Formats: sequence, structure tokens, C-alpha cells
Amino acid sequence: MDTANVNVKLSEFAKVFFDGKPYDVPAELTIMTAMEYAGYRLVRGCGCRHGFCGACATIYRIEGKSPVHFALACQQKVEDGMYVATLPFFPLDRRTYDMEEITPDNQTMMQIFPEIFGCVACNSCTKSCSKGLNTMQYIAYAKRNDLKKCAETSFDCVSCGICSARCPANISHSLVGLLARRLSAKYLTPKSAHTHMRTKDIADGKFDDEINKIMRMPMDDIKKLYDTREIEK
Amino acid sequence: MYSSQMLDFIKTVEATREDRFKNEPRRLDANEKQALLKEFHPDHRDSGFGTIEVGNNKGEKAPVELVELLHANSRIKGIKFDFDSPKYDVDVLIIGGGGAGASAAIEAKKAGANVMIATKLRMGDANSTMAEGGIQAADNENDSPQQHYLDSMGGGHYANKPELLKRLVMDGPDAIHWLENLGVMFDKKTDGSMVTFPGGGLSRNRLHACADYTGLEITRVLINEVRNLDVPIVDFTAALELIMDDKGKVAGAVLMNMLTGEYVIAKAKTVIVATGGAGRLHYHGFPTTNHYGATADGLILAYRVGASLLYQDTIQYHPTGVAYPTQLFGALVTEKVRSIGAQLVNIEGEAFVHPLETRDVVSSAIIRECGQRKKGITTPDGAGVWLDTPLIVKKSGASMIEKSIPGILKMFLNYGIDIRKLPILMYPTFHYQNGGIDIEKGGHTKEVQNLFMAGEVVGGIHGRNRLLGNSMLDVVVFGRHAGKAAAEAAKTTTIGKLTLNHVDEYTRKLKDAGIDNDKTSPLLLPNYVRKLHKA
Ligand SMILES: Cc1cc2nc3c(=O)[nH]c(=O)nc-3n(C[C@H](O)[C@H](O)[C@H](O)COP(=O)(O)OP(=O)(O)OC[C@H]3O[C@@H](n4cnc5c(N)ncnc54)[C@H](O)[C@@H]3O)c2cc1C
Ligand code: FES
Repeated sequence: MDTANVNVKLSEFAKVFFDGKPYDVPAELTIMTAMEYAGYRLVRGCGCRHGFCGACATIYRIEGKSPVHFALACQQKVEDGMYVATLPFFPLDRRTYDMEEITPDNQTMMQIFPEIFGCVACNSCTKSCSKGLNTMQYIAYAKRNDLKKCAETSFDCVSCGICSARCPANISHSLVGLLARRLSAKYLTPKSAHTHMRTKDIADGKFDDEINKIMRMPMDDIKKLYDTREIEK
Repeated sequence: MYSSQMLDFIKTVEATREDRFKNEPRRLDANEKQALLKEFHPDHRDSGFGTIEVGNNKGEKAPVELVELLHANSRIKGIKFDFDSPKYDVDVLIIGGGGAGASAAIEAKKAGANVMIATKLRMGDANSTMAEGGIQAADNENDSPQQHYLDSMGGGHYANKPELLKRLVMDGPDAIHWLENLGVMFDKKTDGSMVTFPGGGLSRNRLHACADYTGLEITRVLINEVRNLDVPIVDFTAALELIMDDKGKVAGAVLMNMLTGEYVIAKAKTVIVATGGAGRLHYHGFPTTNHYGATADGLILAYRVGASLLYQDTIQYHPTGVAYPTQLFGALVTEKVRSIGAQLVNIEGEAFVHPLETRDVVSSAIIRECGQRKKGITTPDGAGVWLDTPLIVKKSGASMIEKSIPGILKMFLNYGIDIRKLPILMYPTFHYQNGGIDIEKGGHTKEVQNLFMAGEVVGGIHGRNRLLGNSMLDVVVFGRHAGKAAAEAAKTTTIGKLTLNHVDEYTRKLKDAGIDNDKTSPLLLPNYVRKLHKA
């Protein structure tokens, strides 16, 4: 009986190490909320708090074990014996370009991000991706100028920068994916004809009468119209 | 993973699925909706609200957390600044680096202005990056701007400002076209036409999406474009107060480096405030979907220079915030999950509300179910109702989940819950401030010259309840518009002598109203230090 109780107690807290110092924190917290619980006032390394923005790149190792793990601090639950280091900033190597000037041909990637051809296929990027993406594969697609595949494979990237911190070839992976997605969407995907047509019709004033009519309608008539409108299935 | 008791309750959801699949719950009529809102929506609670004692909205109601900030002291009270050699001197200063700020920057730069962005956290650490569901625009053949207008007006309880709403719906298709041209990866059919989804309160399938990462995809493209245009981005730098000139025009801002505390002066011919929402103020104690910096700063800055608030007492609680597991508490489960077929189900297996009523109605129904009716499921953080995601699989196959809501699928798989097989637990979460600063259709405030506002910080476009997908649209439409208008106004502006007299005057007004405290605002960041704050 007694032992069981003790076990329950112990499993409610975890001992974690932030910057090498130990803290006892409730075991249900994420790395981010545990750091706050421990007394950290976050400024860098904290953005959306829900796994979208990549501000909270984090590296950890479990005490006594060799593998290094990579995660988003806002998404990863704490574990007993976790040694945590945060990576709130990584200097990505940015390039600028004019989307109207560049084309999706095979010169573009080569000119803007030549370092991708220095990839040594170590797979460190894929192994360290906080979103579990096949990063090395999307860089390979970029090298082959298969922009559509690169776009799809990199789509979930939140630009946390861990892959770039690990890369021996100094590639800024997330920026490569971003260029591929923009090129693919702009030049390799057919344009939406109905969107363009509607834009033109509005500019030509074809909806002016209708919109002005509803704006001038007495509120009671608008209410009636709303309550009886047909809803597309 | 679920507790064994929760797994037991799930059996009831499974047992009633076939029947619910065949019989959709009915929609409420106008009177039933009003009654439900009145009794259960947090906006109608007596507690949690206070009265504004100073400024243009004196005597009006607002959430107590906002009242406290409006009644607090300026962070720079009593400090003297040297305005003769400002660090930045530009045509257009944009405060806030989300979707509205980025859209404004692109257009201001294209209009030839010397423009810069100052933003509190990293560029893109913003609500815009988090939008999941999509963006509206009436570009389908069976749809029209006037239909979009009607849906938004009804959804907003007929309180939308007509001129602003007109701009939103008329400029909508062009906004999508513009984004497409910038290289945003919209969900498309093979011929390039847009895939559009239904949504709460929409009478047409009008929601455009980029899987369930719509905001991430749009925002990262906008930011990349801002960088390609060489617009300076000063990140980790928050605005503490707007600066005026001796002619009463807004003429810059006092900024602060968030990492060092250093003050920085930015002088500008025109200013666009695009600071977003207020979720991190946790009105009524609700958790939030919002990013870390959503603390209503822009409302405070603009109010202190004499702008007005509009609908500051109406908040959007998103019906499907995560109630379990704890690590995701308050996080968003996009409405698209209901657009593609999931129902809300109580402990007895009843679908107690039509899943595509407007958000305020659905949230109220969930609050009633978990409260008065006691038909919720108890969780470590409170209670919740089921969102029956396996129903989507029954209707359209598992691939529908994998293709349309891959982010949500992964988010729960991370905690051992496969939403293709198991339903998930939901409770409303603070999602969006429906109200904000009152603007004219030109994007500027009526009271103060050269002050432009865009995005979630604005009130009036959406009335008293915003429809899904109308905010990302407003961010792009009004962001772009503010950028153009501010660049234009800058051309004819000469700045007088810079002053912070309005701050002193506001302090005097507080004193006259008998308000005396040691609080300061804007808040900049919530304080979760040494607290058991969940998400
Ligand atoms: C999880 C989530 C999902 C959503 N899903 C959808 C959806 O599917 N469709 C839809 O239409 N809408 C959606 N919304 C709403 C929509 O995303 C937001 O309303 C919109 O993006 C707001 O854009 P914004 O540019 O006005 O503000 P934000 O994108 O929040 O940007 C504001 C910026 O200002 C900065 N800032 C704040 N204070 C200061 C200061 N004092 N000084 C300097 N900078 C400051 C912030 O750090 C931030 O970078 C969603 C919102 C959330 C939170
Ligand atoms: S804070 Fe945005 S991903 Fe963690």
C-alpha cells in the first residue's frame, strides 16, 4: 500500500535540468510551461505557444542516455531526467529575390541557394526536425528542381532552425522550402480562373448595384433575408 | 491517451454514431439563438466586466482586465526623451509584425514610402501564423459579395459598420488573387480553381484554405515578400506609447528593446498600428488560442492618443478549444473539423447543437451542456464535450482527415490519440476580440490624424461576432489598404514639434477620475512566472 502511494506521488513531479540546473516540476507540463513554473520569464524562445511558429526550438538529452533529442518546447511534455537547452535564435542565411523576375527553371535554386549542392547526405536535418519532416528529401528535391515535391514535403515546416544548426553544409533549409513553395504555387500550379474573373467583375462595377442595394436596405428586411436564406449543402 | 473512464464514455459516442449520421441536429431559429446567447454566452455575464472611467468611451462596459489596463499608468510616465535625434525617421511606421502589418508594409513600400516595421517578438510570432481554418472570399459562381455581406451582417448581429463590411466583401476576391500571385499554396483542384469549404454561419462554401495551416502559409509568404522588398524589420521591439506633434497628429512611437529594456524613438509621418488581439488577458479566466504577445497593446496606445473603442465588450470564444490533454489546454481545433462533418456530442451521445451554427451560439451551447445540463465529461482542467471526428471518416473516409486537417491529426497523435478512431474533448477558448479601435473606411481613426489601424486591433468590421475566415481576409484587405493610405498621407505631411503631452494629459484624467494605482500598461507579455499555467 505505502509503496503504491509513494509511486503515485513521485510520478506527479519530474526532475528536469534547465541550463544545467535541476528543478522539480509537475510532470504534466510542457518544457515551456515547466520553465515558467520554475521561474523563467520568457521573451525569446516563445511565440505562438501552440506549435505553429517555431520560436521555441529545443534540444534535450535524458540523463545517463546518449541520444540527443529535438523538439518544440511548447509541444513537448517534460520527462524525468531531461537536460534542456533552448535554441531561441539561429542566424539563417537569408537571400532576397524578386518573384516577378525569377522563374521555376533549374537555374533559380542553384543561383539563390547554391549551398544545397554541398549537402553531404548525413541526414542530420531529418533526424533533428521538430516536426518529423523528411528534410533531407526536400533538399534533394530542390537540387533536382522538383519544386512541387519540395513544396509538398516541406509544407509543414515552422522554421524552427534546428536543422540549419545541425547542417555541416550550412544550408538554411526552411528558406529553400519557402522558395520552392512560392515558385510552385505561383508558376507551376494553374491560376484560379473564377477568382480572377470575379476580381475583374467587381473592378468593372458589376456588383455595385447589388451591394449598394443591400447596404441601403432597412435592417428588418436584412434580418428577414438572413433568416430565410438558403444554405448550400 | 484517455483514462479508462473516458474510454468507457466513448462507447456511448460510438453507439449513437450511426443514428446521428443519418439525422443531423436541426438549426435553431432566431429567437432560440437569442435566448441561448443571453443565458450562456460569457459576454452576457454580470461578473467579469467593469466600467471605463476616462477617455472617449467613459461610462461604457469592458472586461475588467482591459479596464485595468486602460486605467493603468504609462510605462514612460515622467521620463524625458530627446526627440532631436530619433534612431529611426521614416515615412510610415508599422507597429506589429503579423499579417496586417506585413500586408501594409508591402503596399506602403510599393507606393514609394520609406517604411519600417517594429514588432514585439519575432516577425510572425503572431495570431496570423496560427490561423488554421481558412480565409473567406466570394469568388465562386454561386456566390456574390452581397451574399458574403449578408452572412457577415447576420453573423455579426447586425452591428457591423456597413462601409467597412462593404470593403471587406468587395475587396475579398482581389485579396485571394493577390495572395495567389505572391505564391501562396491554396488548396486547389487540378484545373487551378479553388477548393472552398462550408463554415459556421456561411450560406455558401466560401472558405479557402492551405490545408489546416492557412495562416502559417499566408503569413510566411507575406513576411518573405516584406524581406524581399528590403523593408527594415526591427524585431523584439515593442511600442510603449505613440508620439504626437504639436499640431495634434500622430508622428511616431516610443519603442523598447524587449531584451535590453533600452528605449528607442521612431519618428514617422504616419503610423499604422497592427498589434492584433487580446487573448492573453484571459477574460473570465478562459484559456486562449492566441500567441504569447496578444495583450491588447494597440488598444491602449490608440486610446491614450484619443481614439475610440468599439464593441470592446464582445469577445469570441471558439467553441472547440482543447479540453484534454492538459498540454494542449485551450489550443484551437479548427472549425473546419466541423465543416467536414464532425458533430458535438454530450455524455449521453446526443448531438446537442447543429455543428455549423455561428461560434457564439455553439460556444453557448457547450457551456450550457457542461454547466446547467451537467452533460459534459469531467477532465483534469474542468469539463468538455466530445467532437466526434470518426464521423468524418464515416462520411468521407480517413483521407479527408489526412488531407484537410493534417495538423490537428498530428497534434493529437503526439499524445496517443488518433482522431480518425477516437473523438476528442472540447471546451470554448478565448479566440478573438470582436471589437477594437473604431476606424473610418479609409483605415484611419476619426479623432486623430495620421493614425491608421489594421487587423484584429480594429473593431466594427465584424459587428459583435466574427465569422470564421473573415479575419484573415480583413487582415489582408485592410492591411493592404492601410499601407496604401498611410503612404499617400505621408506625402503631404510635415511633422511639427514632437511631444508626449497627451500622456501627461491622460495621467491627469486618471487623477481627476480618482484613479490611483501602481499598475502600468501596455502589458506587453502575460506573467506566467512561477505559476501552474497550462498552455
Ligand atoms: C489559433 C488561431 C486560429 C485562427 N484561425 C483563423 C482562421 O482560420 N481564419 C481567420 O480568418 N482567422 C483566424 N484567426 C484569427 C486571425 O488569425 C487573427 O485575427 C489575425 O491573424 C490577426 O492578425 P493581425 O495582423 O491583426 O495580428 P497578429 O497576427 O496577432 O499580429 C500582431 C503583431 O503585433 C505584435 N505586437 C503586439 N503588441 C505590440 C507592441 N506593443 N509593439 C510592437 N508589436 C506588437 C505582435 O507580437 C504580433 O506580431 C485565428 C486566430 C488564432 C489565434
Ligand atoms: S512557441 Fe510557437 S512553436 Fe512553440
